[in-house]
Order: sequence, then structure tokens, then C-alpha cells
Amino acid sequence: MTVLDAEMRTMSMAQALNQALRDAMAADPAVVLFGEDVGALGGVFRITDGLTAEFGENRCFDTPLAESGIVGMAVGMAMNGMRPVVEMQFDAFAYPAFEQIVSHVAKMRNRTRGRVALPMVIRVPYAGGIGGVEHHCDSSEAYYAHTPGLHVVAPSTPADAYTLLRAAIDAPDPVVFLEPKKLYWSKQEVTLPASGPGIGTAVVRRHGTDATLLAYGPAVPVALEAAEVAAGEGRSLQVVDLRSIVPFDDETVCAAVRSTGRAVVVAEAAGFASVASEIVARTTERCFSSLAAPIRRVSGFDIPYPPPKLEHFQLPGVDRVLDAVDDLQWEQ
Amino acid sequence: MTPDPRRLLPSADPVTLIDAQGQPAGIVAHTVPDDVELLASLAALITARRLNDQAYALVRQGRLAVYPSSHGQEACQVAAARVLTADDWLFPTYRDTVAAVVKGVDPVEALSLLKGDWHCGYDPYEHHVAPHATPLATQLPHAVGVAHAARLRGEPTVVMAMCGDGGTSEGDFHEALNFAAVFRAPVVFLVQNNEYAISVPLARQSAAPSLAHKGIGYGIAAERVDGNDMAALLAVLGEAVDRARAGQGPQLIEAHTYRMQAHTNADDATRYRDEAEVKEWLDRDPIRRLETYLRDRGVLTDETRARFDAEADRVAEHLRAGLNTDIEPDPQDLFTYVYAHSTPQLREQAALLSDELSREGTS
Ligand SMILES: Cc1ncc(C[n+]2csc(CCOP(=O)(O)OP(=O)(O)O)c2C)c(N)n1
Ligand SMILES: [Mg+2]
Repeated sequence: MTVLDAEMRTMSMAQALNQALRDAMAADPAVVLFGEDVGALGGVFRITDGLTAEFGENRCFDTPLAESGIVGMAVGMAMNGMRPVVEMQFDAFAYPAFEQIVSHVAKMRNRTRGRVALPMVIRVPYAGGIGGVEHHCDSSEAYYAHTPGLHVVAPSTPADAYTLLRAAIDAPDPVVFLEPKKLYWSKQEVTLPASGPGIGTAVVRRHGTDATLLAYGPAVPVALEAAEVAAGEGRSLQVVDLRSIVPFDDETVCAAVRSTGRAVVVAEAAGFASVASEIVARTTERCFSSLAAPIRRVSGFDIPYPPPKLEHFQLPGVDRVLDAVDDLQWEQ
Repeated sequence: MTPDPRRLLPSADPVTLIDAQGQPAGIVAHTVPDDVELLASLAALITARRLNDQAYALVRQGRLAVYPSSHGQEACQVAAARVLTADDWLFPTYRDTVAAVVKGVDPVEALSLLKGDWHCGYDPYEHHVAPHATPLATQLPHAVGVAHAARLRGEPTVVMAMCGDGGTSEGDFHEALNFAAVFRAPVVFLVQNNEYAISVPLARQSAAPSLAHKGIGYGIAAERVDGNDMAALLAVLGEAVDRARAGQGPQLIEAHTYRMQAHTNADDATRYRDEAEVKEWLDRDPIRRLETYLRDRGVLTDETRARFDAEADRVAEHLRAGLNTDIEPDPQDLFTYVYAHSTPQLREQAALLSDELSREGTS
């Protein structure tokens, strides 16, 4: 990716994603976008806004309403020289494509001893916090993270949304790109085109000395807010934004956790058999001797995602995060 | 006004050009392929039958883990590949090893997976043959994608996408046909209706008048063909490929044939079908009828037939030799092709395995 005329702008994550798609399409004619309502409408979240007008029907187009067909067609196009970027309209509506993702997207390189690569991106608006009705708020990352052969990323800032999406489109392997819906409208001053670290690197968003909060996607702003509140109460919390779930940046995470000796994982998904559980397990295995207390999880309850009026009980909030921090055996 | 939808309907009976007795059926709507093409196809059919029977024998000898044979369906296999150019793509299922071989894949490589390896065994780009698909119908949307990508670049590629009668019940069959029709993708969907999906007869898969009748629901022109008639298959599939290449959109062809053997060597077909039914289909054998036709026309001599047999023997011998050679798989290869660039996690696990192996070696 070359940095051309850099320009500082305040933009939302939705705008940053749109810009990343536009720049990727301009940079490589093999990049094609398709999915449900991504053409004239620009997607229900407007992430593909204006791209059909700018690049034409052959580069950004609507498909019939069928997610398995969308992902399956992307597999074939990727086999035949294209770099498809497909949009699943909502997290829970990606499930019809699950077989394609697990049996083909994730395995094609391995099944062909590396001869057939699938450079494709599956964009998934995901997770809750937007008052959505059922089937619109799933945190589905564990399904993908559990599937060898996929990369799974989740940005939490507009700048990362841009750089990670560009990296995902450039990647030689399929990437499940999770876009936290509730952060689509969050804004940041961004200099574009931004260049950033590739997929697989976490970042320390806030330095601290007492405990480390590990978060990704929609949970990152919650962790940052909790750290701010804690600072007011005299506790210094460090916040790591994972950005990439697969590959997982053990190095950054472990360095952060060792430096504080205490940690809490914050994630929206139901906790049982979750990415949060994996983070606790692998970090404990690696950092046990530096830990002053077991690593805690603040995750969603193990229930179907609740209706709008009750969703605040499900979402990890600042209080719940701070309660977990309080539980980290401070009086030893 | 809507164009007359009846143009999309298949003929009432499957197209037959050479009947079960090897006699010309007198159909004028399609041209019988010339003698040169039919002789070459007979040679391919004889080799195909030998490959099927050799592979089946190799299962019994423990050289292949499993083999879903296309014995009896060889005419479909040969025709599917013969009507394609080198640049056209073939999307086979687990039962279509022979079609992949006719398209150019080395039979030993084509059977790697069924030998028990983890990968498809061949380079899909070399002969434009996709890795054969086991999850039913899931390869069909891929075929649409390959065709659509080619069409966007203005390339004349046609894709032959194969599945069985049972596969037509899967959602991906529907999605692939619908996508192909909407995007006018140059795909020929070839359904080999061999009457069974393992044990389940066709009547339990579909209540449609025929599987080809499904085409009209998508706006896809469809045809039915006698799947044991080499000449009819070459004609009907060849015309479908031409139409797809000419920009007339996807085509659906249902070939009526029969699975002469059990689903695989692990299956017991006597539990669900009568020997009498199998015997009936013996009389429609694709090799015998083409041979009769060509002998009656005076273009097939005993000498030529002997030459075809010798070629089939040679291929079978190549297969035996290839599959009787044991290649020790390298355990480290398990990690090599998961990603283009291995993740730190996989590097750690590969190191763990390699450590285990080195300790095994020294103890
Ligand atoms: C999605 C899926 N479900 C089940 C199976 C197990 N299975 C393998 S072959 C087969 C029968 C398929 O019948 P058909 O499509 O008619 O093809 P044929 O085997 O007759 O060539 C079944 C059920 C599978 N491979 N994939
Ligand atoms: Mg069948």
C-alpha cells in the first residue's frame, strides 16, 4: 500500500471502511464487492455507498438473497483471479454461508497443497448495543476463530478499520472482517490513506501499571472508559486492543499482562467456550508465574441475545468491568 | 410480454441418438457426432471402465480407502470432459474421478484423496479441474464464481458443474442455479441422475416431473439426455456448452443413467434395490451400444478394439503402479498449507510436533 497525498479528516468508522473499499478498488481492478443491497443503496449501513456509481455494476453489485451463494460465488471468483469482498448483511444472517466458510473458504489452500489460494474478505457487521431485534446482534466471532484457515479481525477505531480492511483485502488468505455495528458512527481524526501494522498485531491503547484490560471490537471503548473511571479512583489500568483474533498476538498480550500481573478480558459474546475463554487460557499458560490473581472474564451471559430493553444487562459495562478488577485479589 | 417459457422446458423423453441396441434412433433435432469423434470416445469409454474397475479392485487390496465408482455412468464422465476446451473448467464430485482424468488429470493424482491423503492430489490450475467436492452441491456456487469472473474479464471460458440426483435437493444447488441465471454465467450444470443417493431413490428427492424441469423455475433452459448414450451426451452437452459460450446463460442437463455398483465399496446395495433392476440396466450399457453402432457402420475393427483395450491396460497398469507405491507423508506438511504465512500459533504447534518426532527418533 503506498501512501499518496495524506489528508487529515474527522471520519466515522463507516466512512473509513467506505474509503478503504474505494481505495482498494482503485488500486486493484481484481477487487470486486457484492452482497445484499450493496449496490444502489450502498448497504444497509452505507458501507459501500457510492461505489457502484464510481466503479460500475461489474465492480460493486447486488446479488440474489442467498448467503451461501454469495460466499460460494466469491470462492469461485477468488479461484479465478479476483479478490472478492462480500458483505453479510448482519452477523446472524451469515449463518446460511457457514458451510461454505468452514468447508471451502477455510480449507481450499490446504486441500490443494497451497495451489489454490482464496484472497477474499467476508465483511460481517456484528455484535450488539444498537437496540436491534433478534438475529441482528450476535457476537459470532468464536465460530470463525475456531475454524483453522481463516483470519478473524475486529477493529475498534476508524483508523484501524481502514488499515485492517486494506490489509484484509491485500491478504493472500480469507479474512472474516467483523465490523462492530455500534461503532460504525464513532468518529476519529484520521490521516488517510493510513498505513498501519498488518493483521495479527494488538496495540496498547492506554498504558497502566495495576491491571490490564484485554478487549477487541465493541468492547474496547468500554475498557477505555473503565480505565478512565478507575484512574479517577486511583487505579491505573492498561488497555490492550487485540484488533486481530486470528492470528493472535500473544507477544503483545503477554508483555502487557506480565507488566501488570493482573488482567481482565472484556468481550460481548457469551462467555462459555468463547474467544474470551481462549484468551484467559492461553495467557494463563504463558504468564502464570507473573500473575497475582486468576485472569477474569467479563463477557455476555450464556443466553440468546436479549431484546433492546434488556440488552444493557448483557453488554459488558464499566461497572461490571470495575467489579471484576476489584476482584483481582489486591490484598495479599 | 414474457417470452414463451416453454422454450426452457426439456423434451418429454431423454434425447437418445443411438438406442440400447446400438441402432440410430432417427432423431433429427440433434446431430450425431462423426465417426472420428465417436471412435475416440469409445476408446475413452473403454479406458474409463478399466479405471473404474481397477480402482474398485485396489480398494479390496487396501490400496485405496474408498472408491465411489462411476461404473455404468462412464458415458457421462467422458462426455462431460470431452465437450470442454483446455481453458474450460470442470467441477467434479467424488464420483467423477474419471471425468477429471479425461480432462487431463493423472489418475494416480486424481485418486490421492481417496487413497487417504488430505489434499486433492493435483494442481487444479493445470487442467482447470477443481478439487473434487464431497459436501454435496457446495461446489456449484464456486463454478458460478469461476464463470462469472471469466465473463467479467471477457474470457470465453465455460464451466461444467457436476452433481448427482441427490445433490439437487441441497440448498446450494438452488442457489447456484439461481445465481448463474441472474448473472447469465456460462455454466453447464450436469446432473447425473443415477436413480439413487446412497440408498434413497429419486422419488424421495424430488416430486418434479424430471430434474431438468427444475430449470424453468430459474429461467434456465434445460434438456434431458440418455446418460448411457455417448452420442446423445456429446451432442446435447456440446450444444449446451456452445450456447453458454455464446452468452445465452447457464444450461441444465439431466443425464438419465444408473449406478451399477454399490454407492461405495462400504455400501450394501442389496438392502435397498433388486438385482432385477440392475440387470435391466445392464442391457443399456454405454460401451456395448456404441461399439455395436460403430461396428455396424464398419468403422470399428477387431484390431482397433484391441488397440483401445491395450491403451486401457496401460492406464490401469499406471494406476496400479502409482497406488502401490507408498509415499511417506511428512507430518510437518499438516501445518504448511493452512495459511500462506504460518501464524505464531501454528509455528508453535509445528515445533511441538517436531519435538515429539525427534524424541521418538532418539528413544
Ligand atoms: C452435505 C452432505 N450431506 C451428506 C453427504 C453424504 N453423502 C455422500 S454421497 C451421498 C449421496 C449423494 O447422492 P447423489 O447426489 O445422487 O450422487 P451419487 O452418489 O449418486 O453420485 C451422501 C448422502 C455429503 N457428502 N454431503
Ligand atoms: Mg445419485
